[in-house]
Amino acid sequence: MTTGTILIALLALAVVGYFLGRGRAVASAGGDVRRLHSLPRFYGLNVALTTLIPALAVLAVGLLALPIWTDLRVGAAIGPSLAGGDAGRQSLLIAQADRLAEGLEGADANVAAIAALDDGALAGAFADAGIAVREGTDPSILRAALARVGTQETGSWMLVLLVGLAGVVGALVALRASGPAFRARNAVERAILGVLILASTIAIVTTAGIVLSMLFETINFLRAYPAADFFFGTVWNPRFSGDSQLGLLPLLWGTMYVSLVALIVAVPVGLLAAIYMSEYAGPRVRAVAKPLLEILAGIPTIVYGLFALVTVGPLLRDWFAQPLGLGNSASSVMTAGLVMGVMLIPFVSSLSDDVINAVPQSMRDGSLGLGATKSETIRQVVVPAALPGIVGSILLAASRAIGETMIVVLGAGAAAQMDLNPFEAMTTITVKIVSQLVGDNDFNSPETLVAFALGLTLFVMTLALNVLALWIVRRYREQYE
Amino acid sequence: MNDMRITERAVDLSETKISARNVQVFYGDTHAIKDVSVDIADKTVTAFIGPSGCGKSTFLRCINRMNDTIDTARVTGDILIDGEDIYDRRVDPVQLRAKVGMVFQKPNPFPKSIYDNVAYGPRIHGLARNKVELDEIVERSLRRGAIWDEVKDRLDAPGTGLSGGQQQRLCIARAVATEPEILLMDEPCSALDPIATAQVEELIDELRRNYSVVIVTHSMQQAARVSQKTAFFHLGHLVEYGETGQIFTTPRDPRTESYITGRIG
Ligand SMILES: Nc1ncnc2c1ncn2[C@@H]1O[C@H](COP(=O)(O)OP(=O)(O)OP(=O)(O)O)[C@@H](O)[C@H]1O
Ligand SMILES: [Mg+2]
Repeated sequence: MTTGTILIALLALAVVGYFLGRGRAVASAGGDVRRLHSLPRFYGLNVALTTLIPALAVLAVGLLALPIWTDLRVGAAIGPSLAGGDAGRQSLLIAQADRLAEGLEGADANVAAIAALDDGALAGAFADAGIAVREGTDPSILRAALARVGTQETGSWMLVLLVGLAGVVGALVALRASGPAFRARNAVERAILGVLILASTIAIVTTAGIVLSMLFETINFLRAYPAADFFFGTVWNPRFSGDSQLGLLPLLWGTMYVSLVALIVAVPVGLLAAIYMSEYAGPRVRAVAKPLLEILAGIPTIVYGLFALVTVGPLLRDWFAQPLGLGNSASSVMTAGLVMGVMLIPFVSSLSDDVINAVPQSMRDGSLGLGATKSETIRQVVVPAALPGIVGSILLAASRAIGETMIVVLGAGAAAQMDLNPFEAMTTITVKIVSQLVGDNDFNSPETLVAFALGLTLFVMTLALNVLALWIVRRYREQYE
Repeated sequence: MNDMRITERAVDLSETKISARNVQVFYGDTHAIKDVSVDIADKTVTAFIGPSGCGKSTFLRCINRMNDTIDTARVTGDILIDGEDIYDRRVDPVQLRAKVGMVFQKPNPFPKSIYDNVAYGPRIHGLARNKVELDEIVERSLRRGAIWDEVKDRLDAPGTGLSGGQQQRLCIARAVATEPEILLMDEPCSALDPIATAQVEELIDELRRNYSVVIVTHSMQQAARVSQKTAFFHLGHLVEYGETGQIFTTPRDPRTESYITGRIG
């Protein structure tokens, strides 16, 4: 029985439980629903939830435990002596047993019958089932393969039984309780709370998992490569032959430089657009312009990248960089920064627009009533009141800029260098993460592992920005309530 | 209404400051003010009374063109201040509002310090030549708003952190800081205790020497105490307008009588 079938069966059980619980509650009140503590549907829901939740919990635990148990059985069947304590050889043997087990399952062999045979007859039985066994394979490997198939079969049957049992017991317990005095509504409330907590736990645990996995690989990297050279190195020069220079600073510089240019473009334009949209534009202009601006946010970044590569880069080179004698590279910090700035405009403008709209009209009235003009009101009252939200939107845009990859690859190039000239090609952390991972390197070499250290650096940077944004928003929020 | 001390007031026959003729206000399809004509005298306090939703605030907002900020609002008819039509195209509403100050029904301090709240108007209009003068204006205004003693030690604290009644007085101080010729006060004492109310009423009386004050109030006693003229609004109509003493002792319209004796409203 597959997990899907178990789930469907459970759901069916819960639906049946719902109607039984509802019916039982109504019956226990003698048909007079008003005598019940809660509406009948809450009794039904309570039974359904008490059926589902414990059974699902058992299923989850079982699905996690089954592979572990199977591995233990397989390991025990092979025994430690065969590999002679060599971990590598042990894992090879286990892999061999696994292949044979797959064969057994595919051949639909009678596992129990084969397992009953003597060690000597095992190989023959395997061959009869149509599974090729290499000459001289130790019988304990064959036993291990049998153990894997057997355990999996028994295990899944036990799982079905346990899950079914949990569901039925839960349903019965809840059904028994479904009387007029039972506070089904409160019970359902608690169950809902549980589901909400579970959802947030999943989100948090996943984040923690991602960070931890990055952290472990980063630690591995720092074992193979000196930390000081990574954090303070000014040269980025990975080599496949080893002996690379993996300095973070050129990448950090490129990231900051491109982001800075992008923000210099996006913040004023986005903010002024937001002010126009929320304070000056009539409803008709707003209805057209706002969605148009938000389309910008929907364009995939690779399209922006193409725009940078094909249009903006050559344009900047021919009209600015070459005439000014600042180089002749189409890929440049300026190209990527400008295009990324355009990409960020809607982030800044739509968030700022929302916070500006949230400033109460009475605040504007107060200022206008004192004889201030519209722009004075906006500058001195509306924008300061909305400032926390505006700063928050800018910091969010900044963390997007730092994490952006595609525009940089196509717009700024891949040359890691530290230069003040904005018409020079540079590159960022994200680009180098990609290029270090797509190579054909050994996974455990510092040249590959450095990607994780870069990723963690990036994560810490954006995290810091987000925390700062949240802090600012929270610190100054609701001043006008 | 027997306990009400209605004193005969010497209303000097001063010239008309505000003159409204056939004013109508619509909010979309809602007809909020219906054909109101009224002459408000200079150097007097005029009280607007009437049941909730009858259009007192709406009419008050016409006098400094605050209704311009509401998209759906439409005003017809003429309102003249010092003989000049304020809805004329040549009139700059910004200039007008500097002249006609307003205290709003709901306190709306800016999310700035108490000092900056009061200094806001004077700064915009350049009323102070230096910091010392500005400090003086702020202190005098806060004193007139009867809140100086409570906030003098925390002028840097945000105005939004004050209590509702304190915010109300801060807004009064903010409005008088720009020295308007006309002050429109929409229920300025609705959240004040009797002592603060008395202080604000004192301020209103003092303002009367130089300015004209229009005050909306739900308290008959307050209207009787501070005003020389009273206007009674009902369902968008100006039902009765006259000297305060006369309105409260011998109202001509039965609706006015019912309202001030507490039968409608
Ligand atoms: N912004 C608006 N949009 C639409 N209708 C409005 C608006 N403001 C007021 N009104 C309507 O106009 C009428 C008069 O409102 P107004 O605020 O002038 O009453 P009021 O006399 O000040 O009442 P209160 O004593 O409760 O403050 C009400 O019927 C109200 O619903
Ligand atoms: Mg009102």
